[in-house]
Amino acid sequence: MSVLVFIDHADGHVKKSSLEALTYGAKVAAQLGTSAEGLLLGTVTEDLAALGKYGVTKIHQAANEALNNLDTQVYAAAIAEAVTASGATVIIFSHTPTGKAVAARVSAKLKAGLVTGACALPDTSNGFVVKKGVFSGKAFANVSINTAVKIISLNPNSYMTVAGEGTAAVAPLAISAGAAKVKVTAVNKVSGDVPLTEADIVVSGGRGLKGPENWGILLDLAKVLGAATACSRPVGDAHWRPHHEHVGQTGVQVAPNLYIAVGISGAIQHLAGVNRSKIIVVINKDPEAPFFKAADYGIVGDAFEVLPKLTEAIKKMKASA
Amino acid sequence: MKILVCVSKTPDTTSKVAFTDGNTKFDEAGVQWIINPYDEWYSLVRAIELKEKDASVVIHLVTVGGADTEPIIRKALALGGDEAIRVNSDSTDSYYIAAQIAEIAKQGGYDLIFTGKETLDYNGSSIGGMVAELTDAPYISLATKFDLEGTTATVTREIEGGEEVAEVALPAVVSCQKGMAEQRIPNMRGIMAARTKPLKVTEPVAADALTAIVNFELPPAKAGVKLVDAENVEELVRLLHEEAKAI
Repeated sequence: MSVLVFIDHADGHVKKSSLEALTYGAKVAAQLGTSAEGLLLGTVTEDLAALGKYGVTKIHQAANEALNNLDTQVYAAAIAEAVTASGATVIIFSHTPTGKAVAARVSAKLKAGLVTGACALPDTSNGFVVKKGVFSGKAFANVSINTAVKIISLNPNSYMTVAGEGTAAVAPLAISAGAAKVKVTAVNKVSGDVPLTEADIVVSGGRGLKGPENWGILLDLAKVLGAATACSRPVGDAHWRPHHEHVGQTGVQVAPNLYIAVGISGAIQHLAGVNRSKIIVVINKDPEAPFFKAADYGIVGDAFEVLPKLTEAIKKMKASA
Repeated sequence: MKILVCVSKTPDTTSKVAFTDGNTKFDEAGVQWIINPYDEWYSLVRAIELKEKDASVVIHLVTVGGADTEPIIRKALALGGDEAIRVNSDSTDSYYIAAQIAEIAKQGGYDLIFTGKETLDYNGSSIGGMVAELTDAPYISLATKFDLEGTTATVTREIEGGEEVAEVALPAVVSCQKGMAEQRIPNMRGIMAARTKPLKVTEPVAADALTAIVNFELPPAKAGVKLVDAENVEELVRLLHEEAKAI
């Protein structure tokens, strides 16, 4: 019995969401009176033993370069072998593109119950009950997993990373990986940008900005905050911004520490995608904009005047901090 | 070429969410039901586009649900599916539902299975991966673009901070999201034709439910917005820094 945390990586680095998953997995293990271990498929440049500081005692690594590309069949088979080797009874994924693709497959392979999009530690006082977001951010469900092996995929930004002391033992894992059927032919990353779902701060613009040519003031604000940029659905539909920036019920759902909405009225579908944000700031000309009801802080004012001033004020604050 | 498109019924995106029976059931009073947008706008419409390019493409729809899902299946048929199968079950367990779809998939011998990236109600993102595993097929998730050349598919999928292009030989399972296709509205001819298209109802095969919903909760209400004067943005910065500790 142990907890196994799937560690995702890109460009040689372990992803931030996986550090959250490691911290979460260690906490679940403590709750169950067992230990947590990590599983990494592929190769990274950083020191895996150092991941022990997140509370895991051991990292299993299948250091096979072919595993740096995702093929869900190959991954699921490898993870199933690692589960057998480690005797894990709880498997933790991040609810990210990779986690979403792989966790379901592993669930079906092992016939192990899966809760995706978990946002809190499981309640193990009576069974094994995991809280997750449902109705696209409008509600939560408590879901009980009724199988011996349990799988959780953890929403990014819903469990804070805690680094302590400790090093993990790194153990090579030999897996009998079959050939990948999915061949990756190109990877296009928007370089330098903070991935939306991983961002601590998101600055988002709506139709109130009037046109794509006006996005500069929003990008300036995002830059001083080290924030990712997002947009409302009408903005994505009008191709003012790339559609992967569309946040809302039918777009990306985010849960940053800080969400700043500029010129977005706050339709129910948009709120569904952002209401897990810890702090919401709304800047809108219209004092009746429904978004103010869901906000923590607000400014009723013209974005074209407020944003440049806000950017300057933050710059000043950062300079003096 | 046979394509199986998985469709699900979800509450309209403008629906207010409430629960009954001690927060154990979704309150359906006054709720408008729609085809899950990811199933409709992206996977079904893309399948229809493939059929428009190649008349030999056959599109079957599958849904796992009660008789109350039939209006949305008819709408999907009006958009352009050839025939539909409804597996008669109200289960909300992803594995149970995937097992039903996998059974239909095995019987039908499909070259391609499309799902939406998730449903708007339970947000599982699980059916595609599970069906792929249960049918031993490769799976590409979160697809934003899909093209077919013979029996090789070229798929663009979302990854963190960008996208990836991958090739896969059919049969395969693909989950679809925004970018795949544009929303369409069924025309009168489609609506008339849908009335007589076959809608087969089958009983579920034996499968285990691995999870169960205990209850639901609504998010805590916000305490109320603190408004800051537009002339005093420094105050907002101070609040975000000192009070909210967000910057």
